[in-house]
Amino acid sequence: MFACLHASGNLALLVECARRFSPLVEEIPPDAVLLDLRGSASLLGTPQMIAEALHQQAGVPVDAAIAGNADAAIFTARGFRGTTIIAAGGEAKALAPLPVNLLPGSPEIAGALSSWGIRTFGQFAALPPAGVAARLGPEGTTLQRLARGEGLRHLQPLEDPLRFEEEMELDHPVELLEPLLFLLARLLRELCARLSARALATDQIRLALRLENSPPYRLTLRLPIPMCAAATFLKLLHLDLEARPPAAPIIKIHLSFHPVKPQIQQHGLFLPLSPEPAKLEVTLSRLYHLLSPEQVGTPELLDTHRPDAFRMNRFTPVLTRNLTPPAAQPTLILRRLRPPLYAHITVRAGKPAHIDAPSLRGDVTACAGPWRTSGDWWRQEPWDHAEWDLSLGDGTLHRIYEDLRTSRWFVAGSYD
Amino acid sequence: MATTVTLSELENNLSRRFDVSLRLRQAPAPELMATGIPAISFPRGTLTEIFGVGGSGKTSLLMGALAHATRRPECCALVDASDSFDPAGARNAGVYLPHLLWVRCGGKVEAALKAADLLVHAGGFGMVALDLAGAPSRQARRISLASWFRLRHAVKDTPAALVVVESELNAHSCSTLQIEHQPVRSEIRGKLLRGIAIKATTGPRQRAVSELSFRPFYHP
Repeated sequence: MFACLHASGNLALLVECARRFSPLVEEIPPDAVLLDLRGSASLLGTPQMIAEALHQQAGVPVDAAIAGNADAAIFTARGFRGTTIIAAGGEAKALAPLPVNLLPGSPEIAGALSSWGIRTFGQFAALPPAGVAARLGPEGTTLQRLARGEGLRHLQPLEDPLRFEEEMELDHPVELLEPLLFLLARLLRELCARLSARALATDQIRLALRLENSPPYRLTLRLPIPMCAAATFLKLLHLDLEARPPAAPIIKIHLSFHPVKPQIQQHGLFLPLSPEPAKLEVTLSRLYHLLSPEQVGTPELLDTHRPDAFRMNRFTPVLTRNLTPPAAQPTLILRRLRPPLYAHITVRAGKPAHIDAPSLRGDVTACAGPWRTSGDWWRQEPWDHAEWDLSLGDGTLHRIYEDLRTSRWFVAGSYD
Repeated sequence: MATTVTLSELENNLSRRFDVSLRLRQAPAPELMATGIPAISFPRGTLTEIFGVGGSGKTSLLMGALAHATRRPECCALVDASDSFDPAGARNAGVYLPHLLWVRCGGKVEAALKAADLLVHAGGFGMVALDLAGAPSRQARRISLASWFRLRHAVKDTPAALVVVESELNAHSCSTLQIEHQPVRSEIRGKLLRGIAIKATTGPRQRAVSELSFRPFYHP
């Protein structure tokens, strides 16, 4: 059973009205909307009841038709005013009075029919099919079948916009984390199932909680790679909620996913070892909460000569292959002191002779330097250092520097 | 009728039916990870300790190993208890920084242990290095043996090498390889630090002594 709503200049309104009755709705531009109502009789009632409901829902004057096939419903809605219901098998009789200019034929066929004196669907349907085929060709045959009420159209439903959202109103406010996680797990499973059904993943999760007598709580989880793993998402939300719990009892939960195409990775026997993205994300999240996001990541050196200049980036395990191996000669490494340790240095003959700093004291046995570095004099924080490498009596090696702007000495680190 | 049979006869008879259960299972030798120094390799799936006083080159050995691992390429993690890692120095030593996860613990030894445990359990890392050398010895000594056992158990049967750098031996029997560094001499000539020479002793079972030298990186 199909229904068609017809009204000039109100297509958007018709679509909105039709969606309340069926998920399968097709726009028939410029003035009609087709609904597939098959299987909905027990839900919506008889055709008469559906027609009345359609009129009430539209709120404006519309022509409604209900028929056994889509084409008959469309012609009826466009050809008759008000509500028309065609019983199954009665399409040809019902369509007979309609003018042939409602048929979607070419001007040549319309001209031929006019010259033959054919004015209505009934007259066209009564012509011998063999003669119509001989004179008007395949298009004429198709049009004659339409005039007889034989449906040919397959409904092409409008696609719903992809929205992955779930919300839940709670009868009793939730105060504890554990019941909240129980509810979130259910919503996450449903959303992940919907994503999986469409072969999609998400790279952003938004959680909004309406709180009792408090402003709403919002949490956004950005994932470095698209994923669709409900257990991982629940763990990540758990960690975030634990670190920053809502300030008041929760009365409504709203969860939404931003859908994206999943990242497809070809696995192979000889690919280098790298952490599994979902596990790594949970581990990084745990580390962020154990320390802080600024303390966990990949160091990136800054384009400057300033000592110890770097920034922390988010760790993303994308392995670069075919790197040149390191030099054969092992390199001596400096262990930095952050911040540099203030030291009192005794200078003799222009060279450091004795160092006195917290946890570091002794005579200098050998030293190399000074090495001058300076820069950023055009900015707020310039530096001007004279660096020395020195060896103490206990065999340890240290790097110290004199800040030439303040004439103060610092220990930058120790070689190890 | 004499019923005495020797143990070997009994084993021979039973071994035809139960050939696996009556033999001593020998664990396969762990795969070794190159450190850049031919005499020293880290076994994967085990805990390795590098210990020694300040200036004995233990951090330099670790960076050499990280340089080789990150350029193999493998993802590596460095848990830095005292926040003393120098990214520029590591880059000069050959460490490919985008493959390195650096966890700065700011002097918190407990957090460093927990971070190392999380990273070992996460899997997928070729090397997880725990740098306790800059942490106070008293705090490092306070780490319970149970924590070391837990780490050893976590890394067992994984392709990761867990390497701990420290001032003195702490994990004891939990570590499969122990490398002791002792400084021999440092060389400063003119205005340049030329390098250090150290003695590395590996243990605990097969003791081997290597003379190593580390030179600072100077831009050509």
